[in-house]
Amino acid sequence: MSAGTAKLNVTVAEVKPINDLVTRFKFVRTGGGDLPTFSGGAHTVVEMQDGDITRLNAYSLMSNPADRGAYTISVRRDDQGRGGSKFMHNKVKEGMEMVISNPVNLFSLDLRAKKHLMLAGGIGITPFMAQMHQLSMMGGNFELHYSVRTASLGTYAKELAERYPGKVHIYHDDQKEAIDLKTLLANQPLGTHVYVCGPKGMINWVHSTAGEMGWPREAVHSEEFLAPASGKPFEVKCAVSNKIVQVGEHQSLLEALEAAGIDAPYLCRGGACGQCETNVIGYDGKFLHYDHWLTDEQKAGGKHIMPCVSRFEGKTLVLDR
Amino acid sequence: MTIQFNDETFHGDFTFKNSDWAIKRFPFPFHEDSYMYSVNMEPHTSYRPGSVFERTFDVDEHYVSEMKDRARVLANDPLRCQSLPHMTLAGWDLVELIMEAKAREYPDLFELHKDGNRWRWINKPLGIDDTFTFLDESTLPYGPMEYITRQTQGDFAVLDQRDDNLWMDAGMVTTQADWSLDFDIGMNFFEWHAPVPKAHEMGIFVRALKFLLNIQQGQPARRLNWTMTVNPLLDTSPENYHKWGVMKQGLTMENIGEKQHLRVELQTFFRLPRSNALVFPIRCYLIRFEDLVTVPKWARRLHRVIRDLPEELATYKGFIDNRPLMVEYLSQFDDGSPTSDGIWPDDD
Amino acid sequence: MSKTEFPPSITSRPVYGELEARSGSGHLMIADAEGAEAILDLAESADKDFWAKAHVIYIPKKTGTKYSSQLEELGAGQYYAGPSYEAAQSRIRRALQDCHMGTQVYLSGTESLMGQAMAEATAAGIPHTAIQTEHRGSTARRMQCVHCKGITEDVTTDPFECSHCGLSLFVRDHYSRRLAAFQGVRVDAEDPGNIPEKVELFK
Repeated sequence: MSAGTAKLNVTVAEVKPINDLVTRFKFVRTGGGDLPTFSGGAHTVVEMQDGDITRLNAYSLMSNPADRGAYTISVRRDDQGRGGSKFMHNKVKEGMEMVISNPVNLFSLDLRAKKHLMLAGGIGITPFMAQMHQLSMMGGNFELHYSVRTASLGTYAKELAERYPGKVHIYHDDQKEAIDLKTLLANQPLGTHVYVCGPKGMINWVHSTAGEMGWPREAVHSEEFLAPASGKPFEVKCAVSNKIVQVGEHQSLLEALEAAGIDAPYLCRGGACGQCETNVIGYDGKFLHYDHWLTDEQKAGGKHIMPCVSRFEGKTLVLDR
Repeated sequence: MTIQFNDETFHGDFTFKNSDWAIKRFPFPFHEDSYMYSVNMEPHTSYRPGSVFERTFDVDEHYVSEMKDRARVLANDPLRCQSLPHMTLAGWDLVELIMEAKAREYPDLFELHKDGNRWRWINKPLGIDDTFTFLDESTLPYGPMEYITRQTQGDFAVLDQRDDNLWMDAGMVTTQADWSLDFDIGMNFFEWHAPVPKAHEMGIFVRALKFLLNIQQGQPARRLNWTMTVNPLLDTSPENYHKWGVMKQGLTMENIGEKQHLRVELQTFFRLPRSNALVFPIRCYLIRFEDLVTVPKWARRLHRVIRDLPEELATYKGFIDNRPLMVEYLSQFDDGSPTSDGIWPDDD
Repeated sequence: MSKTEFPPSITSRPVYGELEARSGSGHLMIADAEGAEAILDLAESADKDFWAKAHVIYIPKKTGTKYSSQLEELGAGQYYAGPSYEAAQSRIRRALQDCHMGTQVYLSGTESLMGQAMAEATAAGIPHTAIQTEHRGSTARRMQCVHCKGITEDVTTDPFECSHCGLSLFVRDHYSRRLAAFQGVRVDAEDPGNIPEKVELFK
């Protein structure tokens, strides 16, 4: 199997600024026709040709999964980031042709749930928008608690409250409103599943609070795509392809492998899916593991690395690629 | 090509028979002269025109009779088809996948006409012309999974994906190699494979699961599996084991060529888009020994595989008692000459 | 001693642990016979306020009153002792209706009791991995006949006769959580009438 997922050729049908930070992009199939349907919570990997650099970022699909005419995503501009979101905001225009991946779902609903309790922070709202479309079509029982910085930065907050009356609760940071998580989690009927998407701190808070309150691990779901961390440049020897690859300061190991023409599979490029797991043949130095995939034991063992987000500091690193 | 559908039985008088065409395209599962478990997955892409790998869902001369046999088995035991409540959406995904593929790949046999969610499905071999509303169960005579799998050869396991595992939460299972959907429904990947010897220790299931969890929309995969069956029985279920187990007795050098069948499963794996479930069709192909040995390479290779198979596997696959006779019969067709790599006959 | 060391087996066969008091909004404890000992052991380490939120459902079976007064003295918010699992079943279902996410479920005693109560709890929405179990007492098995689908309780020999269709079945380790039963398959299917001697494997 070749790297990544099956690709879709799309044309940008709309670029719509939503607020100071967030812009929405709508894609239709180039040349017309239906796009594949998907399940709520799925993402697509958008390929960006930024000069010599190919950037690949995963974004949650937020449109109605039943609508095969178009996909929409929302991108929050990250001025400190490595450039993907800035490219989307500054360079992507209506009519532009782009390549995106088939939908991949690493944050799917547990369809057995008697109730779906959704907790969103900021741009983490997007996967829930597709899931709410899906659940309302299926007559599913859901409730959204959405934390935003201010009303004006509350991406889609107003329209969601209107679309799903009684099911959507908005909390404004600037008005000192906050989700009362303990009370919320204390009163849920058996069979409730809780989903969280947002900043790392929020995700950890939900997992630890639910755990302390006796919630089963399987009933708490989260999605966080890590952006690859920058770090010191390093060199890696690839034993199978017999190449020596330099990994730049603002480049991930996976990106460096791809730039060198070395096939490395991936789905999420954010340390969650496990697809790019690579065996380490030898090393002299220390690993900087940033992924959610490897166990602590594996991370300490020095035999595996997730090239999408993790790095290395030291003398030599030899990979089975 | 228009397929001539056989009128044949898979029980009672066992009139099942492969035509020369069916023998030639039989999915012989051994690519070398020995066999051991492996995660032998490959992309399920169209391959070798005329072979069983050409189409998404292969339709062959046994189609109509296999569907009659399925209806008979279901009438006797409706528990062979079950779907836990949260799997209905996956059933609709399967309806779409099969109808679109069959209408596209066999336009002379199947037609699908869509007007929004109002769909008309024409299945000419089975004489079906139904109009229904997609995603509305009340417009079909059965649940969606049952409806479409009563019209599609092979068993179907529909697997829910959650907690980094696959759960067998729905299925249509009437042509199985001795496992019970009614017993296994609700189990996870490791649990329903629990009775398989050796493979757990070899780490086969851990690797296979990892592969399957990552199967993506539009990128199906496939593999072959095999066992042995006396008489062309599609339904070798544990439920009826007390009825077919006894047939393993009474094989002789005179009748083994006719009665003993190699049973091959073409297993495919598709991600289902709306439910994020995985569907695992298990298509069963049967070939009697005397037909199989008409391909010299297959005859030589099968002899060597069966002769050298580890005892545990021959026991698990249920032919340990008949193995000596099988080896004796097959040895007549093995002159010891080498066999070429791969599964295809040499004259191809 | 009521504890049994089970030999290693196939991956569908349940593995039991030791009950421990966990934090949760409530504690539903269901036990039969010697299963009471597991609850009494847990009581030694549980906080005082643990019991106020606990509901103990106990089926003494052959142990009679041996453990029931000790269990009652734990001071659970609700305590019930009943004559059989079937008699307790509607109470178990009703108790689960009252539970919220965060409720801890503790099962102890025979495999039959734990299996059936687990099926109720998972149907109510608790993942099976979040339910604690501890085996105590009899190792007799609850078996499903794969042929007639009837359940035979308290099977102690291999092979055994299906209490519904009468076929002689061999006892597999393959286990269905949904049915709360092991699988029984006709022992003489390939050679009718050739039924091996019964061996007492379970007590």
